[in-house]
Amino acid sequence: MSSNDMDVMEFFGVFMEEADEHLTTLEQMLLHLEQRPGDRELLDLLFRAAHSIKGGAATFGLLTISEFTHKLESLLDALRDGRVQVTASLVDLLLRSTDLVRRAVSDSANPMPPSAFVQLETALAAALAASELAPSAPAPAPAAAEAEELRSYRVEFVPGRDVFREGLDPVMFLRELAGLGTIESVALDRSRLGALDQMDPDSCVLGWSLVLRTSQGEDRLRETFEFIADSSQLVIAPLDEVAAAPTVDADEHEPAAAEATPAEAVPAIAEPAPGSHPAGTSAVGSAKGEKRPAEAPGKAAAEPAGSIRVAVDKVDKLMNLVGELVINQSMVVQAAQSQSPDAMARLMRAVSDMERNTRDLQERVMSIRMVPISNVFNRVPRLVRDVAAALGKDVVLEVSGQETELDRGLIEKISDPMTHLVRNAIDHGVETPEQRIAAGKSPRGTVRLDAYHQSGNVIIEVRDDGKGIDTERIRAKAIARGLISEKTEMSQTDIQQLVFAPGLTTAEKVTDVSGRGVGMDVVKRNIQALNGAVSIDSQLGRGTCFRISLPLTLAILDGLCVRVGSTTYVLPLTSIVESLRPRPEQLRRVLGRGELVVVRGLSLPMVRLHERFHISDAVTDVGQGLVVIVEYQSRQIGLLVDELIGQSQVVIKSLETNYRKVDGLMGATILGDGQVGLILDVQSLIRSGVSGAEGGNGARTREEHWT
Amino acid sequence: MTASVSPAMAGAKGAAQDRQYLSFVLSSEEYAVDILRVHEIRGYSAVTPIPNAPAQVRGMMNLRGTVIPVIDLRARFGMEGAENTKFSVIIVVSVGARVLGMVVDAVSDVFDLTAQAFEPPPELGGAVDTSFMTGIAKLGERLIVLLDIDRAVGVEDLSTLGEPSAASA
Repeated sequence: MSSNDMDVMEFFGVFMEEADEHLTTLEQMLLHLEQRPGDRELLDLLFRAAHSIKGGAATFGLLTISEFTHKLESLLDALRDGRVQVTASLVDLLLRSTDLVRRAVSDSANPMPPSAFVQLETALAAALAASELAPSAPAPAPAAAEAEELRSYRVEFVPGRDVFREGLDPVMFLRELAGLGTIESVALDRSRLGALDQMDPDSCVLGWSLVLRTSQGEDRLRETFEFIADSSQLVIAPLDEVAAAPTVDADEHEPAAAEATPAEAVPAIAEPAPGSHPAGTSAVGSAKGEKRPAEAPGKAAAEPAGSIRVAVDKVDKLMNLVGELVINQSMVVQAAQSQSPDAMARLMRAVSDMERNTRDLQERVMSIRMVPISNVFNRVPRLVRDVAAALGKDVVLEVSGQETELDRGLIEKISDPMTHLVRNAIDHGVETPEQRIAAGKSPRGTVRLDAYHQSGNVIIEVRDDGKGIDTERIRAKAIARGLISEKTEMSQTDIQQLVFAPGLTTAEKVTDVSGRGVGMDVVKRNIQALNGAVSIDSQLGRGTCFRISLPLTLAILDGLCVRVGSTTYVLPLTSIVESLRPRPEQLRRVLGRGELVVVRGLSLPMVRLHERFHISDAVTDVGQGLVVIVEYQSRQIGLLVDELIGQSQVVIKSLETNYRKVDGLMGATILGDGQVGLILDVQSLIRSGVSGAEGGNGARTREEHWT
Repeated sequence: MTASVSPAMAGAKGAAQDRQYLSFVLSSEEYAVDILRVHEIRGYSAVTPIPNAPAQVRGMMNLRGTVIPVIDLRARFGMEGAENTKFSVIIVVSVGARVLGMVVDAVSDVFDLTAQAFEPPPELGGAVDTSFMTGIAKLGERLIVLLDIDRAVGVEDLSTLGEPSAASA
């Protein structure tokens, strides 16, 4: 970063954020562009996004980025004007350029060397140059032939002293020249520049000597200077016939550039035009670039990571609510101090008002943290395109439910597991077109993303219509890896769950996309770390569906308080199916399998919480206590508790912060009376409960319960 | 102090001196911790027991919205359990990044440790674990054990608290 201006640097975080947004727009729009090549609106959006990045980068002195983006912008401009046709390879090029800019922006603290840009820069210029030809050459065939032949010219351009007074701007001509090809080097001729006290700002005293690599002929170059040629010295000469090979490579350029470039560096081009504004698009560019810092102060100047943009009206509403809460509070105080007979009634009313306000406030504060899942889904089309192309598969992506909102913290953390699942779906799930045709399917595979709310959870599905999971093969692999023994009896569902086991892959060969067998276990771990769960549902030959279930937020939980002995525990409400006091005939004790409770024909393992947690002062007679049936991923167990206390929303506090993870608990909370309550981890209780009931051997699902 | 003091011991001694210590009583013995590690002293209030926790973890308490574990130092040092009295207090200390409470019988006072009063941990042979002591302070007739709080209720210790060997320590 060349700018030392602290005022500007303060907004650097904003720039980073905005650049990221613009880059995302670019990427998305480029993918759309492939489908709808002529869409003017898309092209406008693309151009504006590139333009904003350019402006921002220039403001912060990130010259390599702004220059590169300028070239990107030129090409987009050409696209917009219909001078260049949208092709798959062009979109590829643009996408790669977007990636490069993204890398450069995210790592702008240590700028990339300009050489990192050269290759793509050249490619961009070539794409642009190829198109410039089209209008001037009526026959497409010679145009194409000519387009491939790039030649270097030396252009020496010394405008006359009076060009400004004639209303001409030399920079305009240089810019037009730049549009014809790649300017490989620029040298500034300031031999006519006099002493400062003799300087006349209205006189042009500078000259340029540059090397242009272009597919255009010499005549076309001369044409560029038509209006100014009379009053200028102009030399245009082919530089090097040999270097005009069709392949362009960074290394080839460096010698040529070095030879033609004296001390002056490239960025000089825009500077030596005092008082004259560059014409056309770049005028908009600089105006926008200057405006940027001015519009930024409204937003919080923050670190590149960890800031939220919040709509002003949301903040206003919060302010209102807080104001009301303060009034509420003084009402409570007044009512509590009052001696009048109706004080109690007033107090109750004030408290209930306060309750409502508090809940409202909580919801609104939480909604600030909620962002639509499209933030994650938006990255997927690109992924699908790239992965499918790399694997030679034809895949179409269908997305729904992208407006589903999720806690911001979750969004950030769910992105990687999602990426992995999508890659997997394309790599392992969807077959090649030939295989698909052989299997009687359409050659084009489908990957479907879905997000929706279900009973307080957010469900995200990644579904493909590919070949599904071959449970026999998984089983064989698992046995070979020693994960299970040959005698282990497992249901289809359980075998499918094995794909989450570390070291197991179903891919026949390891590709660079996936198949190393690391990953699915990481996916599962990452999702579990978010209090979520992932399940798999696959049908051989029909496809696979991965279902991620996540809590709405990491911080708050709807819970049912239950008492065991003298301790209060909280059960997540979403996991509770029902609670009952079983009659004696509903209870069974099976040798070696522990206790079962029979509910509507289902025999469910029963876990005595007091036994599991070694609580001595609890009810041990099932007839005196209550059994709460809880469910996790379609497995149910009964938990024996003393009594139900009631439902409440609790704020989840970590046990690990000051203590450590405790088996069977997912956290703690502060209850209404100020005491610590412990939140039960239904998932681990079910796991241990079910395996305990079966003698430690895997688990069964509800559908396949034993009798 | 003595010629046999090892360099490491001398370092520990240097670190242990010229500081203020908070002394407290555990089963009629006096102990002390570096006062800079003490956040606050609270009256004993009910804690929520943790399932399957070792004996020295009494449970969790609410420290103004933060859930912290409460360690029973008597159990930690293998002393006879005692009923809580009205003098029982919880000393809230920081150990590494964690905050936790220690139940003690009573707090006594805050004293300055001088070089003259400091003695290195006694050699009691392998049978007695002195690793959680940094030394002994001699204040007149009183002998006060200076606790190395990181070792006494340390992080590594907490992470192994669930294991039987640590639980019976």
